[in-house]
Amino acid sequence: MRYEAPTTVDAAVEFLASQSGDCHMLAGGTDLLVKLRSEMIEPDAILDIKRIEGMKDITAENGGWRIGAAVSGAEMNEHEALCAAWPGVVEAVGLIGSTQIQGRATLAGNLCNGSPAADSVPAMLAADAIVRIAGPGGVRDVPVGEIPEGPGKTSLKANEFIASIFLPERPARSSDAYLRFIPRTEMDIAVVGCGVSLQLDESGKVARARVALGAVGPKVTLVPEAATAIEGSTLDDAAQAALTAACTSAASPIDDKRGTIAFRKHVAGVLGRRAAKIAFERAGGAA
Amino acid sequence: MSQIHVTTSINGDQTEFLCEPDETLLDVLRDRLGLTGSKEGCGTGDCGACSVTVDGRVVCSCLMLGAEAEGHDIGTIEGMAEGDKLHPLQEKFLQEAALQCGICTPGILVAAKALLEHNPAPTEEETRYWLAGNLCRCTGYDKIIRAVMDTAEDMRRAS
Ligand SMILES: Cc1cc2nc3c(=O)[nH]c(=O)nc-3n(C[C@H](O)[C@H](O)[C@H](O)COP(=O)(O)OP(=O)(O)OC[C@H]3O[C@@H](n4cnc5c(N)ncnc54)[C@H](O)[C@@H]3O)c2cc1C
Ligand code: FES
Ligand code: FES
Repeated sequence: MRYEAPTTVDAAVEFLASQSGDCHMLAGGTDLLVKLRSEMIEPDAILDIKRIEGMKDITAENGGWRIGAAVSGAEMNEHEALCAAWPGVVEAVGLIGSTQIQGRATLAGNLCNGSPAADSVPAMLAADAIVRIAGPGGVRDVPVGEIPEGPGKTSLKANEFIASIFLPERPARSSDAYLRFIPRTEMDIAVVGCGVSLQLDESGKVARARVALGAVGPKVTLVPEAATAIEGSTLDDAAQAALTAACTSAASPIDDKRGTIAFRKHVAGVLGRRAAKIAFERAGGAA
Repeated sequence: MSQIHVTTSINGDQTEFLCEPDETLLDVLRDRLGLTGSKEGCGTGDCGACSVTVDGRVVCSCLMLGAEAEGHDIGTIEGMAEGDKLHPLQEKFLQEAALQCGICTPGILVAAKALLEHNPAPTEEETRYWLAGNLCRCTGYDKIIRAVMDTAEDMRRAS
């Protein structure tokens, strides 16, 4: 196995192009090293992205925030302006693992690992995040929802990698939230996760919403019916009930020891409602 | 496999080592550098027995390649005492018997030291969350949490 740590995007793209074997990207390594050590993967090469310029930066851009692919969860949670702008995305990434895992785990790694239960992905999907992909033809921008293709599978080509993730500008009176259910209070995999991002109009009604569910299907999914259920409302009881029902019916989970189908579907509704309430209050909405 | 030459700082000392590309930092510390204070409990990031700091941040050394250490400052349990003078956390763990078999202790001390540097007055809840990635199979955690909280109080008084 070869270990390569280029310092520019061009050098990384060139290295990838030169590889005929199995080359894996290394960001925080909290998934990759586990797979490497258990011999689930036997790569010919590992490309460490952390020394590439810009990969560790959080930058304001056109009213939004660009987060380099090697920025850790801890670094995001320490960035006050980012926490204020996107509290839901930041709290979602903050839930990943322990203090030790937070020191290394990244948004891009969470996304590319391809787990349907990845905590930051529903939050990014609700947030309309845009993924910047570097490859032989330069960079291209893709909505985050187009990256996951199923458990462990992404739409990235072998010669491409994620350079950064962009959280776009949003109007005043907008906010977001993420909640997950786990059987313990820390250090566990989501049985259900839910991200909600919404914006309010001047009268305090929900003008636009996005609701995404994790861990209740082969990949993280957007639930447009849940968004429609609360748009135009002040998140009154009827709107909350409609959103709950939409989340429950959109969830198509598996049955396993961590949760039955009926339980997961129920929890999807409960978390959807609670996350929407938190996002609504954060956006300045009055119940 | 060709070995990689790495230059790093470990507990303040400039250190050079050779390692295999797929060798973890934990293996480098233990098997090449003789720093056996960091323990391998699980090798999968779950137990925290291998905790070290990289540029001041606690990480699991079992989930980091030795090659990644190039140019960084690594802190291990071996760097916690100053000569014969134990760190206040180490003193308190002894006084209050916050350990039994001791396998988890180096990792807990490294993580707890980082907590107090980051937050000199943590609440019990903050302490428990911060240390949630450090498993202990012996003590039941209570004495550990109390020792960390008591040290924090002593250190606040002393400063
Ligand atoms: C103890 C423990 C607890 C955990 N708890 C949680 C949890 O609560 N919630 C959760 O969602 N996850 C959890 N995880 C999983 C993991 O920490 C996260 O998925 C994390 O976000 C992965 O990020 P990373 O930077 O470490 O990824 P890496 O391990 O570096 O990479 C993960 C995958 O993505 C690929 N990749 C990485 N960066 C890029 C890139 N820029 N472009 C293309 N491909 C890339 C890698 O090749 C690899 O296949 C846990 C892991 C451990 C060990
Ligand atoms: S040995 Fe590294 S976390 Fe258990
Ligand atoms: S003292 Fe034995 S594992 Fe903690």
